[in-house]
Amino acid sequence: MTIRSAAPAIVARSLSRRFGSFTAVDRISFEVQAGEVFGFLGANGAGKTTAIRMLTGLLSPSDGEASVAGFDVRTQIEQVRRHIGYMSQRFSLYDDLTVRENIRLYGGIYGLTDAEIAERTTAILAELRFAPSVAALVRSLPLGWKQKLALSVALLHRPAVVFLDEPTGGVDPITRRQFWELIYQAAARGTTVFVTTHYLDEAEYCDRLSIMVDGRVAALGTPSALKAEFSVPTLDEVFVRLARGPATGAVL
Amino acid sequence: MTTRFSSVGALRAFMRKEVRHLLRDRQTLLILLLLPIAQLLLFGFAVRTDVSQVRIAVVAPSPGAATAALRTRFEHSGRFRLLPPLLHPDSLDALFRSGQADVGVVLEPGLSSRLAAGVPTAVLIVADAADPNTGTTMKNYASAVVRDWVASLGAAPGAVQLATRLRMRFNPTLESVNLFVPGLIALILTMVTSLMTAISLSREKERGTFEVLLVSPLHPWQIIIGKVLPYLALAMANVATVLLAAWLVFDVPFRGSLALLLASSMLFSLVGLALGVLIASVTTSQLAAMLAALGGTMLPNTMLSGLIFPISSMPRPLQLVTNIVPARWFIEIVRGIMLKGVGLTILWPQVLVLTVMLLVLLTLAIRKTSVRLA
Amino acid sequence: MLRSLRVLLTKEFLQIRRDAVILRMLLVMPLLQLLVLANAATFEIRASDLWVVDQDRTPAARALVDRFTATTRFSVAGYSIDSRAGDDAMLRGAADALLVIPPAFERDVVRDRAATVQLVLNAVNGSQAGLIQSYASEIVVRYSAELGRTRLPLRRAVGTGSEPAPVRGQPVIDIRTRARYNTSLDYQRFMVPGILVQLITLIGTLMTALNIVREKEAGTLDQLNVTPIRPAVFIAAKLLPLWIIGLVEFAGGLVIARVIFNVPIEGSVLLLLVGAAIYLLAALGLGLWVSTVSDTQQQALFVTFSLMMVYLLMSGLFTPVRAMPGWVQGVAQLNPMMHFISMVRAVLLKGAGLAEVWRQLLALGLLGTAMLGLAVSQYRKRTV
Repeated sequence: MTIRSAAPAIVARSLSRRFGSFTAVDRISFEVQAGEVFGFLGANGAGKTTAIRMLTGLLSPSDGEASVAGFDVRTQIEQVRRHIGYMSQRFSLYDDLTVRENIRLYGGIYGLTDAEIAERTTAILAELRFAPSVAALVRSLPLGWKQKLALSVALLHRPAVVFLDEPTGGVDPITRRQFWELIYQAAARGTTVFVTTHYLDEAEYCDRLSIMVDGRVAALGTPSALKAEFSVPTLDEVFVRLARGPATGAVL
Repeated sequence: MTTRFSSVGALRAFMRKEVRHLLRDRQTLLILLLLPIAQLLLFGFAVRTDVSQVRIAVVAPSPGAATAALRTRFEHSGRFRLLPPLLHPDSLDALFRSGQADVGVVLEPGLSSRLAAGVPTAVLIVADAADPNTGTTMKNYASAVVRDWVASLGAAPGAVQLATRLRMRFNPTLESVNLFVPGLIALILTMVTSLMTAISLSREKERGTFEVLLVSPLHPWQIIIGKVLPYLALAMANVATVLLAAWLVFDVPFRGSLALLLASSMLFSLVGLALGVLIASVTTSQLAAMLAALGGTMLPNTMLSGLIFPISSMPRPLQLVTNIVPARWFIEIVRGIMLKGVGLTILWPQVLVLTVMLLVLLTLAIRKTSVRLA
Repeated sequence: MLRSLRVLLTKEFLQIRRDAVILRMLLVMPLLQLLVLANAATFEIRASDLWVVDQDRTPAARALVDRFTATTRFSVAGYSIDSRAGDDAMLRGAADALLVIPPAFERDVVRDRAATVQLVLNAVNGSQAGLIQSYASEIVVRYSAELGRTRLPLRRAVGTGSEPAPVRGQPVIDIRTRARYNTSLDYQRFMVPGILVQLITLIGTLMTALNIVREKEAGTLDQLNVTPIRPAVFIAAKLLPLWIIGLVEFAGGLVIARVIFNVPIEGSVLLLLVGAAIYLLAALGLGLWVSTVSDTQQQALFVTFSLMMVYLLMSGLFTPVRAMPGWVQGVAQLNPMMHFISMVRAVLLKGAGLAEVWRQLLALGLLGTAMLGLAVSQYRKRTV
């Protein structure tokens, strides 16, 4: 576990969310350090998206506490929003706007000046090698491009923390690799990355991982620590062991 | 023999699934059962055309016994609410413009002296006819009162009394609700049959479950029957609720044969269902199906069916268009049965038209569905 | 804050401009509806089919029937001596009214100066029957007055066609009537303004609801909700374009009403536009509220149409509000459409000014603020 000097970027303490009698997230606690790439794993329906929605201020927690970028998600949600970026499971740019228009829109919403927007647009286009498509409707771009663009837009205002909810779903392996390069660049600039994924090879890229099972955090640690803990050679097997059922999880 | 048996079994299983779908979605079901009653109440209470409580202003520049008598007549007629007397015709204008008066009766200055001297005089009755029918009706009510008043003054010309004995057939109390209930049945049936089937089918198409049905050994017509029968049952339940509520709450008469009404409701429902299936098969998304069902069935069945607006009032080309609106024929049938108490001997042309429509739509719907199978 | 409003507004306008379906919905649908509805939504009574059962067959009876056919209100669908044929015609729907002239009609007129005819009406549509009845009664009354005034011996007068000069010297009160504000009793003049209001309501409400719910379905609403935009800015950016479009459509509708349907514009257009501007707040507020309670476009469409139905039926567009029972009239006061329709009709047809319609304007202002306020307070960036 890499310990960094700054205050933790994300703190969750006994964070819970119930929908009626169903508990989607059950008293999860963890800390994410600033600049860390934190992987948030779990089977479908394990409660990953619900947790992300609480941390990003889209859903009120039923119980527990959480802070993001040093602000309380219950009481200081507007400050939280100013310091985070978010890319949802569903593709979240406007597909009836052009690449440039999307960038302008989010730049304007986060209060960037026209000069900043222009400068960062050029930077993004250069980085993604998008320049020819700047006036194309987002709808017309291939899926991989869209995802990379969405990530760049989520990072446009240089947020302290960025939440990526299954950002690479349905994307080919090469594009996924490029995508992770973007993630590392962001982390290198000091942005904390909170990412959920299905792909266990991607989990290996993370500094630390948490694995959710049935609304609880069943395991937490660096990829190598987790493999050692379960004495298995791959994360895949860690995952299978945990996901096999609450009974197995309880024994461990 | 065996194949036939299994196919019937498959149909039964499929229909069981449809019924379960319908029952599981409690909220929608509740809405579908309660909505007709809500609509009936809305139509029954809100949609009235009876003109009552006409606000009338009498302009009498020189009030006297004769004008007082006129005011008394208006007061006692039961139809009018008298506004404070006016002395000058100009003050009528403001009352009309702000919508505070409906009718004005303007008398000439020196009315009493003129009458005494035997000089002809005039009474002007002005009605706010922005709404033409209401305006005309109010004007006529006022004319009748003024006429009686003139006669009582002995100032009526001549003395030939031609009386008109009036008989308002089929709806002697002129209740608007009697007119609207039959139309409402058509409206509700359209909603439950066309709109709901179109949406339900296109949802299956969108989710891909329809493809699964199509590759099953079920025949296209079996799929359609399975889809359609539960809605037909729901539609009949709605007819029963509306009839019962109309009778209990609004005392709407029922003069003809209940069996004929139910049979023709069934026929109309089938037309609606066939339309719904057709719409679902030619549209590609739920939203498109919904818009098509609203524009292609709900709107014409409301606006071009005689439900609210009499077909005879429409311009000739539009009257021709109403011929292809199923609700037009159905409403004629229901009004005929409920209010006139007539039977098939008179209503057979309408029934025939609906039957032909059903056959045409059914053929189209089955063909469209079969094409997808091929 | 102004800056984020500006970028959001740019986005909304770009999206509206690029969406062919929305454009069609905004431009073609209202125009089409206006054209069809203006012709379909009419209670005008054309010539009623009159079946004459003439059991008298005398010049007097024929003269009375002539008085009916001389007007454009009636056209004779058939004659019979027997009343059963008339009955049949009415059951078949071939006759709206039955005029039964009894045997010895002429004899009674000449001998007793009093006679009775019977009028049977198909009263399925009560209000229409009431009107036909009043037209018929008027004809009979006029004929009797004609006979009363004649100087000819009645035996000869009963069969004549022309109206003889009145007798002088007797005190006579001449009753004249006038239909104001719509002298030609043209239904389109009355209905088109109301239909116009209904159209901008439907467009304003439905477009607002669908526009926001679509972003919900697409996931872009979440994306906006995690940003620091203030709800008020988001709502303003959503509503402003539709508010402008609603006003433009209303203005365009007025032009069409004037040019195609000959609807007079007696009052101030500016006053109408001010009214529309306030009214649209209520319509858009309703759409915003619908979007907060719906998760899918289908739900939004359903909710909007159900609400529209209540709105429409209680608006006085089709049937006069004053014909409704008292408590329904009370409920109708909460319907902004009712106030705006009555205002538009008064200004267009009667030339009413601010002094006459301030009540409606006030009601619109109150209801608009309340609806928009309710909708804005319902709007949450975070699900509770």
